[in-house]
Amino acid sequence: MEEPTNITALHDWHVSHGAKMAAFAGYDMPINYSTGAVGEHHLTRRSVGLFDIDHMGQIEITGQGADDFVARMITAKVSDLIPPMARYSLLLDEKGGVIDDLFVYRLPDSWWIVVNASNRAADLEWFKTHAPSGVKVTDRSDDTYMIAVQGPRAIELIDKVADSPVSSIQRFCWGNIAIDGIPTLFGRTGYTGEDGGELFFPAEKALRLWEFLLQRGEALGIETKPIGLAARDSLRFEAGMPLHGHEISIEINPIEAGFKWACDFEKEFVGKEALLAIIEEGVSRKLVGIEVFGGVPREGYEVCSPDGGSIGHCVAGMFCPTVKKYAANAFVAPDFAKAGTNVSVIIRGQPRAAVVIKRPLYIPAYRR
Amino acid sequence: MAIDKNARYLESHEYAKPSGEHMIFGISDHAQTELGDVVFVELPAVGKTLSKGAMFGTIESVKAASDLYAPVSGTVVEVNEAVKNDPSLVNKDCYGAGWLIKVAPSNASEFDGLLDPAAYGKAIGEE
Repeated sequence: MEEPTNITALHDWHVSHGAKMAAFAGYDMPINYSTGAVGEHHLTRRSVGLFDIDHMGQIEITGQGADDFVARMITAKVSDLIPPMARYSLLLDEKGGVIDDLFVYRLPDSWWIVVNASNRAADLEWFKTHAPSGVKVTDRSDDTYMIAVQGPRAIELIDKVADSPVSSIQRFCWGNIAIDGIPTLFGRTGYTGEDGGELFFPAEKALRLWEFLLQRGEALGIETKPIGLAARDSLRFEAGMPLHGHEISIEINPIEAGFKWACDFEKEFVGKEALLAIIEEGVSRKLVGIEVFGGVPREGYEVCSPDGGSIGHCVAGMFCPTVKKYAANAFVAPDFAKAGTNVSVIIRGQPRAAVVIKRPLYIPAYRR
Repeated sequence: MAIDKNARYLESHEYAKPSGEHMIFGISDHAQTELGDVVFVELPAVGKTLSKGAMFGTIESVKAASDLYAPVSGTVVEVNEAVKNDPSLVNKDCYGAGWLIKVAPSNASEFDGLLDPAAYGKAIGEE
């Protein structure tokens, strides 16, 4: 087990509210509260979940030539991004490996890039190494706090407590609001498959905003509870969203992982040549969803064909509370990647019946 | 942490509890708390013979899988189908509705050799 070296400003709050804590990406984070991982998952799908995601990193890019620099560094189309738009993208190395996945916000005077905690240092280094003179890359992670507000009643809650409504903000766009007087950038995005947003605000206000949202939720009759990382993982898994280090990584290219859609081949970007070669050659494995009957599939478990030959491995797996399935994401040989293909997953030495299924298991709110 | 006074325990947190001439097996409140939300249980078929200490099934929580060990020897006479369909019963009521299997014990003296409630309480750090 890795030793956590960092804590968030809400760490003591989590501990004093009964959270089970564990190391994640170098942070001592809440895995679940007294509600339990499954209950927290259901709560987020039913009402409003609050997530302390201050471990996420924020990188700001400014200066002369910043537009061209961002366009070249990340895979998504950015030439049409104007305030208040934001977009999902990948950050690749020259070989097409995924250094990280990120959200890029087009702010009036800068590019605001939200990255994974575990890759924050590597991402910063990568941007800084490639930045031409005139382009400034700044780590804004320490002065920015981030809380996610997710669930079918999240927009209703923020509408009622903010100085201006967020319901008028389009999906994948942002707006400036104030909550309890705290200036906040609200991005209408998330990592659960539910509607809602991610709040960016000054780090010293973390506890005040967190408690304010919980109190106001209760006062307004909108069930609002803190949600730990275990439910965050099952929520994102059902909704088909990748977790770096699992469905995508430096060892995995976006083509085999099904993220060609996040790459704009009309422009030049780092890793494009490698991806074109991979597309030309064809992939040796593909990311699939697998439903397992008779056990919980987990990361690392082997996937076999009906005749028993190894065809790949699970990169994530769990019980999915909303769809009530035991399911995995796995990389398998392309011949076995079609939905409906019978396979097996080896669970603690025993082959268990399994079938390739369509991803995602749960259609995210923005696609409904 | 609740400790059922009528049950006796293994250090690995399974309990056996007399029910007429049979023994009910389950896991302790301490164990279900440590495991977190239980999402899957695999239990033996009725008629299966178990020796004390043998693995009789598996219990999986959100975070991990654990083997289940028989506190006493015997033959499985009933399996809790409700807990197979709704594993969260283990979290909700581990000594009641969340029981796992019922066994006809083959050696009654084995029960006396298990940890009594006081000894089990000590083992998990509670007096």
